[in-house]
Amino acid sequence: MTHGTATSRRRRKAGPVTRATITLRVNGAERTATVEVRKTLVDFLREDLGLTGTHVGCEHGVCGACTILLNGEAVRSCLLFAVQADGAEIATVESLGTPDRLHPLQEAFREHHGLQCGFCTPGMVMSAVDLCARRPSPDEREVREWLEGNICRCTGYH
Amino acid sequence: MLMTTRYFGERIKRNEDPRLLTGNGTFIDDLRPAGVVHAAFLRSPHAHARITRIDTAQAAQLPGVIAVYTRAQLPEAISGPLPKLIGHPALVHHKTQYALAPEKVRLVGEPVALVIAESRYVAEDALDLIEVDYDPLPPVVDLEAAARDGSPLVHEDIGTNICAHHTQRVGNVEEAFAHATHVFSERFVIDRGTAAPMECRGVVAVWDGKVRELTVWDTTQAPIRIRNYLSQLLGLPQNDIRVVAPDIGGGFGPKIMMCYPEEVLVPWAAMQLGRPVKWIEDRRENFAAMNHEREQIHDASIAVDADGRILGVKTVFLYDSGAYIPYGIIVPIVASTTLVGPYRIPNYHCEFKAVFTNKTIVSPYRGAGRPHGVFVMERLMDRVARELGLDRVEVRRRNFIQPDEFPYDTGLIYQDNAPLIYDSGNYPAVLEKAVELIGYAEWPDLKARYRREGRVVGLGIACYVEGSGIGPYEGCRVTVEPNGRVYAATSVGTQGQGHYTAFAQIIADALAVDVEDVIVTTGDSGAFGWGTGTFASRAGVVAGNAVHLAAQAVRAKAIKVAATALEAREEDLELADARVFVRGSPDRSITLAQLAVTANPLRGTIPEGWEQPGLEASRFFAPPRGTFPMGVHAALVEVDVRTGLVTFLRYLVVHDCGKVINPLILDGQIRGGVAQGIGNCFYEKLVYDEGGQLLTQTFMDYLLPTTAEVPDVEIAHLETPTPMNPLGVKGAGEAGVIPVPAVFAQALDDALADFGFRIREMPLNPSRLREMLRAAGQPADGRRAAAAR
Repeated sequence: MTHGTATSRRRRKAGPVTRATITLRVNGAERTATVEVRKTLVDFLREDLGLTGTHVGCEHGVCGACTILLNGEAVRSCLLFAVQADGAEIATVESLGTPDRLHPLQEAFREHHGLQCGFCTPGMVMSAVDLCARRPSPDEREVREWLEGNICRCTGYH
Repeated sequence: MLMTTRYFGERIKRNEDPRLLTGNGTFIDDLRPAGVVHAAFLRSPHAHARITRIDTAQAAQLPGVIAVYTRAQLPEAISGPLPKLIGHPALVHHKTQYALAPEKVRLVGEPVALVIAESRYVAEDALDLIEVDYDPLPPVVDLEAAARDGSPLVHEDIGTNICAHHTQRVGNVEEAFAHATHVFSERFVIDRGTAAPMECRGVVAVWDGKVRELTVWDTTQAPIRIRNYLSQLLGLPQNDIRVVAPDIGGGFGPKIMMCYPEEVLVPWAAMQLGRPVKWIEDRRENFAAMNHEREQIHDASIAVDADGRILGVKTVFLYDSGAYIPYGIIVPIVASTTLVGPYRIPNYHCEFKAVFTNKTIVSPYRGAGRPHGVFVMERLMDRVARELGLDRVEVRRRNFIQPDEFPYDTGLIYQDNAPLIYDSGNYPAVLEKAVELIGYAEWPDLKARYRREGRVVGLGIACYVEGSGIGPYEGCRVTVEPNGRVYAATSVGTQGQGHYTAFAQIIADALAVDVEDVIVTTGDSGAFGWGTGTFASRAGVVAGNAVHLAAQAVRAKAIKVAATALEAREEDLELADARVFVRGSPDRSITLAQLAVTANPLRGTIPEGWEQPGLEASRFFAPPRGTFPMGVHAALVEVDVRTGLVTFLRYLVVHDCGKVINPLILDGQIRGGVAQGIGNCFYEKLVYDEGGQLLTQTFMDYLLPTTAEVPDVEIAHLETPTPMNPLGVKGAGEAGVIPVPAVFAQALDDALADFGFRIREMPLNPSRLREMLRAAGQPADGRRAAAAR
């Protein structure tokens, strides 16, 4: 008890916590970094880790451009703080194919002209990866419902 | 025999996709020059107010803040109104925006101060510490009120809010109306929307003081013009400025503005500070600070004879320009000249007033006035059909310009100040194709069946002619390098239209190389320094033909150089498989790679006929006027009268844009346009309150269509080539979006015919539709709503 009180007093004196050290696995590699506690996860991925494939479209969780997988589940990385991902397993679009060797889903997007400007595309692809992990053979209705959270302004979703 | 694939007209997968799909694109926010610092703008919270005091002292002291600028610190060249873009004799008060607000602010979102800091987070913290005292003034919000005498003024010095009053006339409309069997008049209201590209705007600027060179990456659709204005505003030669439009996450029109305040201030700040500066617009800023479109109010009339043949059309309308009008009166000119569409209209009067309001600036957004013109005209045609008891398709058929009437001079002057002359087309064929594919003949039976099932479904069908491919010019340089690859550079920027592929197809055909061996650079003034920009469905047409001319010139040069190397006559040479060979003797050949070396000799002489060293040529294409695609859209729309929700059951586009370069890309342009059109009709609306506050500044309030709302779009093409350019192509960027409101309105009228109201406004939404249904009362409203509960 005494110890705890002392800690809180010290913290009050030092002001609020503004930085924290986090460790997480990103695209299979362990990363440790000290970040501002107010920094969003997407800013951390883009600025601190240089993973600029994940895009920022609205910063209020509607457009889906920043979609990544957090512990295997599609989430908006603009709605999370980096510190909330401490200990998590993260996959971004960079974890899929390369320009010379596309992931089958990326190849399918290319084949069917599922992208134009390409800005919403990484988020769209990550949502699709999440869908296929859950339902290996989704029907059109399921695809439409699943991708409802990823806004595309170019393609008309064809 | 050597075989070469022909790419023009083929459904080629895009060259740019692999990097975009893997997160390897280079969008503006992906650029991080060493030592970069970050900009944030303090924006006006008032629509109309006098600034009485700005205190930046506290902000400047915040750790991490590098500089805080207000207008007082700006040099004269950028402290006054920014450049006037497109003048017009009718635009008598060409008021333009300021880099930072002067003594008063005129719209919510107008920049008031600029903070530069070590991080964007800190820059935004500093914004909160800037104190500004505002003395609010009466806001000018309502378009009609703004146009009336006695309205408060957006710009006091001109004594009016009306900045332009423009009339065009063909024939004598008064006489036509006086002698007509029928005259019908309607008022049509179209409200505001925004392009909402998924990527907001951004600027990154690097100033190298040692060599006095400024490099600016900008999400602009017109990098050359930005460079030219920066040269003028920052006092640098054009040659010392490189403007690059990197990968851009959608443009749709409003990313062409010379110059947004941020596009001037970020490079200027980089020069002041000697450090790279980056500004990335956030979504809330984008809603208020990127230009809007669409707001117009038309009072329109049509005069017809007893058979429904058009004798005359008249529209008098108001155009809301927002607080400034840098881009001029392009949008209302396009609206009033698109209105006439595919119809023979012997007498026409169009007249508009452009009006200042305390709202965001208006400039072209995909369609750029075309949806308005088509909405007005098609609604008038629907009225004629209904009043005369004629079939709506038949009324259109009767009034079409016929295939043997081209070139057809409408008698109007278009947005490029050139006569509005339709170059080619086959309007009846397009309409009949649409009638067939949508099943128009079977529609009455189908409608009756829906009715029996208790479903409320309507069919809409509408026609339009789209102005595309206007001048002044674009250019391209094509180079074969000694590695055998072909490099092409054009300055039109790319925002997803597939230029890296479509242009490569044109070049691959000319030089008989693999399409993937053609590397296209777009939108970089350092790579190609002349150009206009990507707008008005013109890149494929104008730049595409420049690409074609340059590639053909390189082909001719390759043959010329090969003739010497192979000791053959030029007329005996052919290209295939990236080689020039002697016809009939494929083993007597030389590769383009070898020719590239031969054409740039280390010693010896360059023959006079070579024009220049290297396997390279630059060419320009400068059409005297635009080219005019035509289309018919049709849709089946279901209405849930209890909730006001609508569903597009089918959507069909039949389109003729001349020769098709790549059907995959073309169909993508059309589908995306239709999706935006659906948004324009039913989901998207910018709402201002009486105080001029923009209430819709998030995607929670401003609804973009999702996978749930956009139907599959069925597409068919006819190809009537244009004589206006060597490739025979017409533009297609706006084809999808233009007639959607007209189709939607007609489908709703058809579905809801029993309620006795007609759609005269766009956009709608479920609540507005319910409001109309309630006001109309029975039959379905009360009864069905009650049954549903």
